[in-house]
Amino acid sequence: MIKNIALVFGLALIMGCSSTDDSDKGGSGTDDFDRSALLKNLADNIIIPAYQDFGPKLTTLKGSIESFVATPNQSTLEAARKNWLIAYKAWQHVEMFNIGKAEALNEYYYFMNIYPVTVSDIENGVSTGNYDLNTPNYHDAQGFPALDYLLYGVAADDAGIVAKFTSDPKAEGYKDYLTDVINRMDNLTQQVITDWTSGYRDQFVNSSKNTATSSLNKFVNDFIFYYEKGLRANKIGIPSGVFSTTPLADKVEGYYNQEVSKALTLEALNAVQDVFNGKSFNGSTTGASFKTYLEYLKVDRNGQNLSAIINAQFNEARTKIEGLNSNFSKQIVTDNTKMTVAYDALQRAVVYLKVDMVQAFNISVDYVDADGD
Amino acid sequence: MSTRVKTYLNNQTHPAPLAVFRIGFGVMMLLSILRFWWNGWIETLYILPKFHFSYYGFEWIKPIGDYTYLIFAVCGISAFLVAIGLKYRIAIIAFFLSFTYIELMDKSAYLNHYYFISVLSFLMIFLPANAYFSVDNLLKKKTYTAIPKWTIDSIKLLVGVVYIYAGFAKINSDWLFKAMPLKIWLPSKYDLPFIGNSFMQQEWFHYAMSWSGMIYDLIIPFLLITKRTRWFAFGLVVFFHVFTRVLFPIGMFPYIMIVTTLIFFDADFHLRILNVFRKLLKPFRVYSENLKTQIYHCKKQKLVLPIITLFFVFQITFPFRYLLYPNELFWTEEGFRFSWRVMLMEKMGNTAFKIVDSETGHGFLVDNSDFLTSFQEKQMSFQPDFILEYAHYLGDHFKSQGHKNVQVFAESYVALNGRLSQPYIDTRIDLYKEKESFRSKNWILPFHDEIKGF
Repeated sequence: MIKNIALVFGLALIMGCSSTDDSDKGGSGTDDFDRSALLKNLADNIIIPAYQDFGPKLTTLKGSIESFVATPNQSTLEAARKNWLIAYKAWQHVEMFNIGKAEALNEYYYFMNIYPVTVSDIENGVSTGNYDLNTPNYHDAQGFPALDYLLYGVAADDAGIVAKFTSDPKAEGYKDYLTDVINRMDNLTQQVITDWTSGYRDQFVNSSKNTATSSLNKFVNDFIFYYEKGLRANKIGIPSGVFSTTPLADKVEGYYNQEVSKALTLEALNAVQDVFNGKSFNGSTTGASFKTYLEYLKVDRNGQNLSAIINAQFNEARTKIEGLNSNFSKQIVTDNTKMTVAYDALQRAVVYLKVDMVQAFNISVDYVDADGD
Repeated sequence: MSTRVKTYLNNQTHPAPLAVFRIGFGVMMLLSILRFWWNGWIETLYILPKFHFSYYGFEWIKPIGDYTYLIFAVCGISAFLVAIGLKYRIAIIAFFLSFTYIELMDKSAYLNHYYFISVLSFLMIFLPANAYFSVDNLLKKKTYTAIPKWTIDSIKLLVGVVYIYAGFAKINSDWLFKAMPLKIWLPSKYDLPFIGNSFMQQEWFHYAMSWSGMIYDLIIPFLLITKRTRWFAFGLVVFFHVFTRVLFPIGMFPYIMIVTTLIFFDADFHLRILNVFRKLLKPFRVYSENLKTQIYHCKKQKLVLPIITLFFVFQITFPFRYLLYPNELFWTEEGFRFSWRVMLMEKMGNTAFKIVDSETGHGFLVDNSDFLTSFQEKQMSFQPDFILEYAHYLGDHFKSQGHKNVQVFAESYVALNGRLSQPYIDTRIDLYKEKESFRSKNWILPFHDEIKGF
């Protein structure tokens, strides 16, 4: 009896291990999904073009700030503000790529977009000339939020702001600080772009294994981290008081500008969704992406592919955000529940990405370092 | 007691298999402890976290700061003493206690194979594993030519129980008819040479692995116990465990199982192994020829046999305790642990906690990373007893921070074996008021699906 069982089992095992073809019956893919193609699409059609869009826009902003510093008046101020917004929107497309040089700089985005700014640090720096933008203490006193303060919030009206850079006793201090901030932003950005275009791209594309340090796994983690923290929490959750006992209307992005927090959030959400779908930065063609990977893996849930569920959730969140005041601060003061409704819609997608998608990819995540069973 | 049982209990056998087993077990345990230490896991799992998840009833067992290293040292040294058979009884008791203490410190690190080690080392306390080829022999100047056969059989029985229960647990609709969770796990091994891009991506292969895994677990004890199939069975054991080691991060466990199954071989085989050891020991001039030889008699057999009987009654019944709970076992995990349910589920969750002032209704969400390591957070997010314990910890924490009328609510989503994530915990329930117990937790939301089988 036992001999027979052993025979059957042995045969089953041998069959299981030896037949190399006639395997299409299950309808499962015979080709392996090319993860390297996914990384190529990300690098060549999304990440590098997004940086190449952002870089020149930041340089333009730098030029207009230099003009403003040279001759501060209403028209140079307005030119600087216009280019600030253009660059800030372009920034929303690259903040999530905290990989390679961006990560090696001790988090490039720490120097670009930590808000709210600590006004006292800026004002002290302006007064004393004593500041070091390289240190973590000044993360919240530089980047776009610092420009936001200096170009929109340093005085009550435009005339007052121009006066800060002309007649004010500390005018030179303001000019120096403003110049240092934009120079630093430009310098770091050029470093990141140069790295991508001179070698890192190949390294990124070729690291497609399922290990904790492969660029594929890191990118998935970074992408989700950005969506959860940079987008959901920073732009909507924290100001609307989800993580505090009361709402914090002054913690919105672009607080001093007073009218772009919604536009920046929508820009960021579009950027996230485009990366998810593998949509080219310049154009509308799509390539290998998380979406096509989920389709390859046949991750069907409740009769549709998980990628469709995630896209639907992104769209729902967008609709909720579009219904908000263009200035989130105002929205929080007048009717904060709309903010928390938008937060909930964003949060549901966190679960889809972090639980359902990561589970389907069965990614070796960097943070879990122990045996399983 | 019937005469057949009596005769069986009086059966004697050569002690060599138990001696080899003792050596193999001790060496594997020593290596496991060293590996754990070397990987820095003592620090990351037991020293760094601010908060530890306890087993119900064992809340008093906690890491003890830097002294935790001392517990591991005791565990490693006692494993070594077990291996060489020096002061065996004290060593195996010290090993059992220190190892079990380590396992009880934080249930985030629960693994079935750690439980297996605890259980096995408990059993070994009652076995004369130092009767042969041990330093104790040299010290007492006597060695034994025979020990009761049941002592070796008890280890075989325990190994058999583990395999068969693991096999039973695989007889469920997700495992057999959906190939879950292997269908999720195997395709992600795409970077394995040769099989990664081929077999691992094939649906039929996922099914073949599921079914053969189930059959393997159910029949391997019988193949091992039968002399004619033993070598074939051992080949399967090696193949199966090495294969799972390649596929999954399961550490030392496969090697421990391979060494453990050697116990099924006859004394001749073990004597040959011991002869190899003897040759290796020759330069050390250990003279064992002058030892007195006698037959081992278990002096306290009247006490030991009832303990071992109770032990096996417990091992056989305890995994079935899930039958006492009304809901889907995989979903609620009530009665899931300590039941040899190995690698059965791909389950992940995302759980956020809201601290609310019951008077004003105002509340805020907690950032879990302020309190938990990412490993703990991952474990907490899909296991109800973790969620409850953590909710109480948060409630106590914020109360001590001066928050008034503290209520703790959880919003949790969990995805199981390829199903879409769905709400897990009733968001209206103040978990701070709920108490841990062996009762069914009525604040876990229904699964809305059925997994048939054991």
